[in-house]
Amino acid sequence: MTDDPSIPETEAPEPAVRPLPEPGLIRDLLEQFEMAEWHSSSGQDVVVLGADTLLEFAAAAKKGGFESLVDVTAVDWFRKRRVRFELVVNLLSMQHRLRLRLLVPIGADAATVPSLCSLWPGANYGEREVYDMFGIEFEGHPDLSRILMPDDWEGFPLRKDFAVGSVPVQFKAAHKVD
Amino acid sequence: MADETTVEEIETLDLWVSGTEESEIWEDSSTDEGAQRMGWDESEAELREQLGTVIDDDYDLDGLNDDERMIVNMGPQHPSTHGVLRLQIELEGEVVRRTKPVIGYLHTGMEKTAEQLTFLQGPTNVTRMDYLSPLNNELCYSLAVEKLLSVEVPERAKTIRVLMTELNRISSHLVALATNGMDIGALSMMIYGIREREMILAFFEKTTGLRMNHNYIRPGGVAADLPPGWRQDVQEILDTLPPRLEQYDDLLENNPIWVGRTKGVGVITSEECIAYGITGPTLRSTGVEWDLRKAFPYSGIETYEFAVPVGGAGDVYDRYRIRVREIHESLGIVKQAMDRMPSGDYRLDDRKVTPPPRARIDQSMEALIHHFKIFTEGFKVPPGETYVAVESPRGELGCYIVSDGEAKPWRMHTRAPSFYNLQSLPIMMADSLVADTVATIASLDPVMGDVDR
Amino acid sequence: MARLSAPTNLLTSTIDKAARWAQTQSMWPATFGLACCAIEMMATGAAHNDLSRFGMEVFRASPRQADLMIVAGRVSQKMAPVLRQVYDQMPDPKWVISMGACASSGGMFNNYALVQGVDQVVPVDIYVPGCPPGPQSLMHGILTLQAKIMSGEIHART
Repeated sequence: MTDDPSIPETEAPEPAVRPLPEPGLIRDLLEQFEMAEWHSSSGQDVVVLGADTLLEFAAAAKKGGFESLVDVTAVDWFRKRRVRFELVVNLLSMQHRLRLRLLVPIGADAATVPSLCSLWPGANYGEREVYDMFGIEFEGHPDLSRILMPDDWEGFPLRKDFAVGSVPVQFKAAHKVD
Repeated sequence: MADETTVEEIETLDLWVSGTEESEIWEDSSTDEGAQRMGWDESEAELREQLGTVIDDDYDLDGLNDDERMIVNMGPQHPSTHGVLRLQIELEGEVVRRTKPVIGYLHTGMEKTAEQLTFLQGPTNVTRMDYLSPLNNELCYSLAVEKLLSVEVPERAKTIRVLMTELNRISSHLVALATNGMDIGALSMMIYGIREREMILAFFEKTTGLRMNHNYIRPGGVAADLPPGWRQDVQEILDTLPPRLEQYDDLLENNPIWVGRTKGVGVITSEECIAYGITGPTLRSTGVEWDLRKAFPYSGIETYEFAVPVGGAGDVYDRYRIRVREIHESLGIVKQAMDRMPSGDYRLDDRKVTPPPRARIDQSMEALIHHFKIFTEGFKVPPGETYVAVESPRGELGCYIVSDGEAKPWRMHTRAPSFYNLQSLPIMMADSLVADTVATIASLDPVMGDVDR
Repeated sequence: MARLSAPTNLLTSTIDKAARWAQTQSMWPATFGLACCAIEMMATGAAHNDLSRFGMEVFRASPRQADLMIVAGRVSQKMAPVLRQVYDQMPDPKWVISMGACASSGGMFNNYALVQGVDQVVPVDIYVPGCPPGPQSLMHGILTLQAKIMSGEIHART
C-alpha cells in the first residue's frame, strides 16, 4: 500500500541549463512555473509537476490555449519507483494543434490530488475511473464514486498488488462427453 | 437538493461549472467558434443537475416540493440502450429534467489483461473493446507500440491499414445508421444497414479470417497480405454502396416522421463539446471542423484527398447526416488506396519484431528460432511512454502505453471515445421529451464495450 | 339427411409431443445483447441470414414475453445479478443459449471482472463456440436446441 522506501530516490544529474522546448505555447507556460520539468518523450511534450501546482498549471494551460482535456489516467509504479502513483493528464489545443501531457507523481500515503473538473468538466468520468481503478482521490470532484466496478467492490483492480483474479483452467479433469 | 438560491443570486452566478470565474478562461479571442460562452443563462446548481452529479438511488422526492418528478431507470437490459447502458432519468411529466448514465455493466478488465499479454498478443485484446470498429483499435495500439520501438512500417502496410480502417469506418457507420433508424421506428433501415455491412464483413472475413475481432493489424505491419482478387471485392463495394446510400436518402430524407424526430432533438453546442472532451461526429455536428486524420495525421492519411463534413445545428439529424457524408468520404479514400496500392512487404522486415515468412522456417534454423521466440516470449520494447490517437468512427481513440523494457506493457490505457462522449448525454437530454431519449442515445452511437472496456 | 362421419384430416399424437412441437416452432428470444456477440445476433436476425426462417425472429424486448435467452457476450460481475433477474422474469418453459467464448467460459478474459462462464449464474442448454460465433454458428445452436427439445432430450424447466 505504501511507497517503497527501499528504492533510492533517483538523483538525476542537475543539468546546467533547464531543458525547455522550442519557443511557443508550452515554453511560455514553463517559464511561468519554475518547478515544472519538461522533457520530450518520443517527440511528445511531457511536463512533470507536483500535485500542489497541478491546478495552477492546468488553469494557466487552459488560459494559454489548451481548451480540451482529452484523457485522465494513472500508472502504478509499484516496486519500481519510490513515489508509487503517477497521474497522467493529456491536454489538447485544437487551435494550435498541440498536445501536452502532464505527469503528476503521487505518493501512496496521501493519494490525493486536486480535481480538474472545475476547469474541464469532461474530467469527471476520467477521474472517477482513476479513483475506481487506483484509489486516487480527487479533491473537489463533484461526484467521486465508483464508475466501472460495482459500488460494493473492494480493492482497486488496476493496482499492481491487486491480483488478476484469474481462475485456473483445468482441462484434464473434464469428464468425457459422449 | 434544497436550493435556497434566490432569483438575484441565480442571475449573478456564473453559468459555467464551479470554480471558473466569469468567462475569464474562455475569453479566448483566437478561436473562431464564436463566443466562448454557453448560449443560455442558467445557475450553477441547474447545470450540476444537468450533469447528473446530484442524482442518487435513494433520491429524496419530498425535498423537491414537486410531486410531478419521478426517477425512471432505463436499462441495463433495454433494447434501445445499445448494449448495457443504464440511465437514471428524472422525469417531470413527459419531460426529462436530469439524466445520469450508469456504466460498468460490461467492464471486462481489459487494461489489466493487457498487462498479462505480450505486445504481439495485445491486438487480440484491444480489438474486442470497440467491437464495431475493431481495426481502428488495433491500428491505434500498433501505432503506439511502433512509436516506442521507433520503427516505420512499409508503404504497403500503411496503405492496407488505411484501406481496412476506412472500410471499417463505413461498416461501423452503417450499423450506426441501422440502429438509429430502428430506434426511431424506421425498421427498414435496420435491414438495409446490416445488408450492406455484410458485404464489407465478407471482405474482412476473406482478408483476416474473421468477421469481427480480426487481430489483423499488428505491431510491425499487418498479419497477412490482401487475398487474391481483392480488387474485385473492393470494387464491388465501391460500386454497390453509393446507389444504396441514395436509397437511404430516399427512405429518410423525404420522410416527415424521420425529419420531425431528428431535427432540433438532442442539441449540443460546440463549447460544451470541447469542454467535455467530446469528439467525433458529435463534435463535428456542432460545426467544429476537427478530425484527427487532418490535425494529427497517421499512416500516411495526409496524402489522401478527403473532406471533413461538418454540421451546424448539433442535433440528431446533423449527426446522422455527417455519418452518411463520412461514408461517402471514406469510399473516396478506399478508392484512392486501391488505386495507389504499392507493391512490397506488408509487414516490417525486422526479425526481432515480426515473425519470418512461413517458407523460411523450413529452410533456416535462425528463422525457426526467431519464430519461436516471438510467439513465446515476444519482443522487448524499450522503456518509455507514449500516447497515440487515431480518429475512430466515434471520435478520438487514444492508446497510452508505458513500457518498462519488458515484453509486456507495464500499463496500457485506452482513451475510449464512447466513454467521454457519454458525458454529453445529460446535456443533450436535459429538458427534452422522454420519447427523444432513444433518438439521442442512438445518434451518439456509443459502443458499451468501448465505454466499459 | 346428412350422415355424421369422422373427419378425414385427423391427426393423432401425444399431448406431450404436440406441446413440444408448439414450443419449438415459435420460440421467442429475449434481446440480451451484451457485447460483440450481440452484433452477430443482430446480423443473424437481419437481412442475409434471416432468422425468421426458423420462426425465431420475434426478439422480445421484455423478458416476460420471451422463452429463450441468448446470452450474447461477456458477463461482468456487475451484470451477473441483472442477468439472473432477467432469467427469473422469463415465464416457464425457458431455455438459455450461451453464445460465444466469453459467455461460455470467460473466453480470453480470465480476470477479476468477468464471470467465468454464465452457467455459474443460470442453467445453460446450448453452448455456441466462437469469438464471436458467426450467424451460421448461432443458427446451428438454435436448431440444435430445437432438435433437443423435440426429441425430449431437454426437459422444460419448471
